[in-house]
Amino acid sequence: MPRAFTPKVITANALLEGDVVYLTRDDRWTRDLKEAELLTDEAHADLRLIEAERRVSEVVGAYLAEMKPGPDGPEPTHFREDFRRTGPSNYFHGKQEERA
Amino acid sequence: MYQYTEFDRDFLAARNAQFRAQVERRIDGSLTEDEFKPLRLMNGLYLQLHAYMLRVAIPYGTLNSGQMRQLAMIADRWDRGYGHFTTRQNIQYNWPKLKDVPDMLDALAEVGMHAIQTSGNTIRNVTADHFAGAARDEIADPRPVAELLRQWSTDHPEFQFLPRKFKIAVTGSPHDRAVIKAHDIGIRVVERDGQTGYEVLVGGGLGRTPMIGKVINDFVAAEDLLPYLEAIVSTYNVLGRRDNKYKARIKITVHENGIDTIREKVEARFAELKPRFTGVDQEMLATIEAQFAPPAFREAPTEAYDETYAKNPLFRSWCDTNLHPHKAEGYAIVSISLKKHGATPGDATGDQMRVMADLAQAYGHDELRISHEQNVILPHVHRSDLPALYARLKAADLATANIGLISDIIACPGMDYCALATARSIPVAQEIAERFAELKLEHDIGPLKLKISGCINACGHHHVGHIGILGLDRAGVENYQITIGGDATEDAAIGERMGPGFAYDEVTDAIERIVRAYLDTREGPQETFLETFRRLGADPFKAALYPKETVDA
Repeated sequence: MPRAFTPKVITANALLEGDVVYLTRDDRWTRDLKEAELLTDEAHADLRLIEAERRVSEVVGAYLAEMKPGPDGPEPTHFREDFRRTGPSNYFHGKQEERA
Repeated sequence: MYQYTEFDRDFLAARNAQFRAQVERRIDGSLTEDEFKPLRLMNGLYLQLHAYMLRVAIPYGTLNSGQMRQLAMIADRWDRGYGHFTTRQNIQYNWPKLKDVPDMLDALAEVGMHAIQTSGNTIRNVTADHFAGAARDEIADPRPVAELLRQWSTDHPEFQFLPRKFKIAVTGSPHDRAVIKAHDIGIRVVERDGQTGYEVLVGGGLGRTPMIGKVINDFVAAEDLLPYLEAIVSTYNVLGRRDNKYKARIKITVHENGIDTIREKVEARFAELKPRFTGVDQEMLATIEAQFAPPAFREAPTEAYDETYAKNPLFRSWCDTNLHPHKAEGYAIVSISLKKHGATPGDATGDQMRVMADLAQAYGHDELRISHEQNVILPHVHRSDLPALYARLKAADLATANIGLISDIIACPGMDYCALATARSIPVAQEIAERFAELKLEHDIGPLKLKISGCINACGHHHVGHIGILGLDRAGVENYQITIGGDATEDAAIGERMGPGFAYDEVTDAIERIVRAYLDTREGPQETFLETFRRLGADPFKAALYPKETVDA
């Protein structure tokens, strides 16, 4: 039996700044994971990825990243995505700094 | 030091203009990422987890003060005020913006530096012994040959699309500080019957399949070196596997074909190539060699040094760990540790870079080196200048006395920055260094090389660490494997894996248990960690790491 589809978001790096972005329901690229569209349907997710991949002058390397629903929006299930949404652990640089 | 010629400057200006136009075309949408990626990689521009990363080559690890100041300026103006020195004598900027990169490259060109071939399946930055031109045990300065190789390999039309990346290291000393046995080609200056030549090794490498390099030729005459190396790379270019990325490095080519077959093919290719080398390379080498003439070493009394050494215990401790013997009387090689306990290994702020540049100018014949161990070296300092130098290093927070000790850790950027990483390395290094600082044990422990990689590609050289740590992703959780007994010198050895890995919050305790097992079993302070391991094998360390399992067995 095929494995059940687990929730995902579309993420990429912004072309100009290189920082992590997520695709929102209304087709914006946001820096904040909480605003990302959580995709729970596989066919819809595949379609959204194709749409995202076509936006070549805005982002680089779009992919579907595993997430789980949280009280304030999508939350990472893997530590790699947790670092991507936060920034490095040795300096207060990246997203954690932007949010502060 | 080598000074760029008009040819070098024109080449770099043209190349930078070309890349500037490519960046513009990417930004305006006329190039897709698939088209642009190989172009940016050829110019050292990566896209990592949080941002772009620009990797700048520091050929054979040598810089002058002007170049170091420019690296500081670039860090301050276009990055986050710091740079990260790497295990291949490069500097990496972790936060550049795409549109700024062409300006950064132009700024580098102003001081004769570039980021060309710091990525891609090409011949990468040629590295060398960081004590080159200064070490007491040196036969000849390896840097003229390294510079010749830089010129030969840069934009070499035949070698822009090799099966995989290709790394060359050169040493001029019998004691190998350049890890030549873990490079695709390792070169060692040797003397035979009064003639200087080169021992050439091939097929070393770390990564997924660690291999120690094998001697392909124990004496290549000076005038044959370049055609011989071209023959090796050319043979590999044809024979190397392009069907499987993990089997594409020359170490696999040598392993699968056997060193004897490779040697025969290289000899055959050499016979074809040699007549085409008409001696121009030797003329160029002679010009380069003249530029690496040793500085005018001065003779001066060293009483001031002796007095401070006797009086000041902190200065004494720093001298005992951070100085190495210099070939010139009265001089010392100074290592500036970028491993302050709790700091990120290999990072220097723009201000620190400027201080080091000033010190090189004031006390060090205007020379700096970057070591593969991620420290900065002032290769030529007269001992009478050491007290003043030390005071200024201390003021800049650069006087950590830990060179060669357990807190002098090599660590790759790991998952804090690198898109390939499977776990973090930097915080692991920070915690271990802080632990041993608290324990005040590291000077008792003595020489111990701890090396950490955040993935199997082994940028942190964990295989050749006396203690190696490899960070992996085990079912979505960071997990760290420990190896012991690796050696990066002329006695190169791959470390032995101890057993199951440790969780992120267990690693520091595990390392402390290994070190305490060493302290308990060594035959006295003169027996180093590596010697104890070689005498006793892995058992006492395994018992310390996995106490319960030993009882069960």
